[in-house]
Amino acid sequence: MVESTVQQSRSRDLDKLLLRPGNLVGPNFEPGPGLREDLKEYVRVLVVGAGGLGCELLKDLALSGFREIEVIDMDRIEVSNLNRQFLFRLEDVGKPKAEVAARRVMQRVAGVNIVPHFCRIEDKELDFYSNFSIIALGLDSIEARSYINSVACSFLEYDADDKPQEETVKPMVDGGTEGFQGHARVIMPGITPCFECTIWLFPPQVKFPLCTLAETPRTAAHCIEYAHLIKWDEVHSGEAFDPDDPEHMKWVYDEANKRAELFGIPGVTLSLTQGVVKNIIPAIASTNAIISAACALETLKIASGCSKTLSNYLTYNGAEGLHTKVTEFVRDKDCLVCGPGVLIELDASVTLQKFIELLEEHPKLLLSKASIAHRGKNLYMQAPPVLEEMTRSNLSKSLYDLMGKIPKDVVHATGTTNKNDKKTSVLRKLRVVFKGVDEITDMETAAGGA
Amino acid sequence: MIKLFKVKEKQRELAENANGKTLVKKQSAGELRLHRDISELNLQKTCTIAFPNGKDDLMNFEVTVRPDEGYYLGGTFMFTFQVSPMYPHEAPKVKCKTKVYHPNIDLEGNVCLNILREDWKPVLNINTIIYGLFHLFTQPNYEDPLNHDAAAVLRDNPKMFESNVRRAMSGGYVGQTLFPRCM
Ligand SMILES: [Zn+2]
Repeated sequence: MVESTVQQSRSRDLDKLLLRPGNLVGPNFEPGPGLREDLKEYVRVLVVGAGGLGCELLKDLALSGFREIEVIDMDRIEVSNLNRQFLFRLEDVGKPKAEVAARRVMQRVAGVNIVPHFCRIEDKELDFYSNFSIIALGLDSIEARSYINSVACSFLEYDADDKPQEETVKPMVDGGTEGFQGHARVIMPGITPCFECTIWLFPPQVKFPLCTLAETPRTAAHCIEYAHLIKWDEVHSGEAFDPDDPEHMKWVYDEANKRAELFGIPGVTLSLTQGVVKNIIPAIASTNAIISAACALETLKIASGCSKTLSNYLTYNGAEGLHTKVTEFVRDKDCLVCGPGVLIELDASVTLQKFIELLEEHPKLLLSKASIAHRGKNLYMQAPPVLEEMTRSNLSKSLYDLMGKIPKDVVHATGTTNKNDKKTSVLRKLRVVFKGVDEITDMETAAGGA
Repeated sequence: MIKLFKVKEKQRELAENANGKTLVKKQSAGELRLHRDISELNLQKTCTIAFPNGKDDLMNFEVTVRPDEGYYLGGTFMFTFQVSPMYPHEAPKVKCKTKVYHPNIDLEGNVCLNILREDWKPVLNINTIIYGLFHLFTQPNYEDPLNHDAAAVLRDNPKMFESNVRRAMSGGYVGQTLFPRCM
């Protein structure tokens, strides 16, 4: 009896979204109690990161009616996390974040199933990521976002008219915070801009000139960077600095302090040292809560269709009063990560040499002197001479063989093209499809048998 | 998208019983941009490039500079480049592997070149950096020193600086520091 009352009160707010029709709902929205069950049954959400945002996201998703959730994070819990990463307790320090976070949410939210993965995001195969319906990102690094983005976009396929195929779209919801500011965005690869389309949104980190650090430090940060970038190498020849090793951090802090004293500069503290070296801005618990809530709601909207999704980038600023705004960014049509590229159909017998010549004549490309790369392998390089020599023998081989005898895949070509009588260098994505090569997949065999 | 997820979840269950995993090397946007930079390299005859890990690792390479004028004429200086997947958002990490008596390069191989740190912009490329490194040797600059002593000598006594450079390059001591021969 008690159980069912709890369930009822838990789903009361959710039901307002899932049971009633509306004017702002997404396409194909079919309200009804079955939807609540379907969310549990058929939607699998991956949460990337179990830190400040990740803890909030896991709790929010579990309470929003998702049942099948997994979380991936490579970090262990530190004392300094405890003020905002509310799923962790003092006795958890040193344990993997993903495991503790999963367990705590499962203890508090009946029926939810959270599978933790204590590893690096690069350690998982593509198949792991392809299994999820939606990927929610709670990360603090541009590099990690860029990686997950490239993975999610790699599932995307286009049809012959360069339209994205809906069943290959892997939706992502990305949150990020820095102090009192944050963003939440929805990425539908092929439909809305991907992370790489708008990489310019993230300004490069400010780097102090080495000579300033060595000669004329003026701020506490200068002293810290001197100890970190110059003094460390001088003293520990060969040993790499590890920002996650507390002893290394303490050493840098002590050296920075000595230097600050020498130049009469105040303000070097251990937490500032960590901040400068790891490039961290203090995290604010409430910002994480607000951004995660927005992300969890978008995840629910994508899955259920109960409302149109954010279109497509929300910024939040709580530093002075409160300011929030949604901007609709546009895709970079030539994006190498999410764009369709140029479709090229070839016979399996075409040599790499012939392929390079074809690119020169192709009306959409007119690409001369092309260098070709496929999945991290350089098939042919026009320059420098040392690489040209190493790749020259590939020219007479068939492209089909060089690409590992797969019926279709993406290759990248760099070369020059004439634009308004001016030679410009371009890097293009090409979708190569081999004609007359049978593509036998499980799906087709199944369909053929029926 | 719930209908789509339903269909896919059913497919997934089918597939799970079927075949193995595909491990595919992901190519980052940074690697692609680097591929373009490298394939368009236009090196002067004073600079050469080598790829110690073979043709498929462009992210780690070595550049050798042989100045054809100035104080460092006749010397050979090797730099390592480490390019991150976030290139060109982030500048490559460049170190000088040849111990050199130079106002803008310290004895650990740190290089003071503005475009490697404060003035890096994604529109710059590998060619620009190599060009910049070459210029460090033809125009050493005492105003942005990393090797303070070398900078002071260059500013106050260019003749002595010249003889110090010669001594260091032919494998000798400048002050307390021994330099290996590099010519
Ligand atoms: Zn894109």
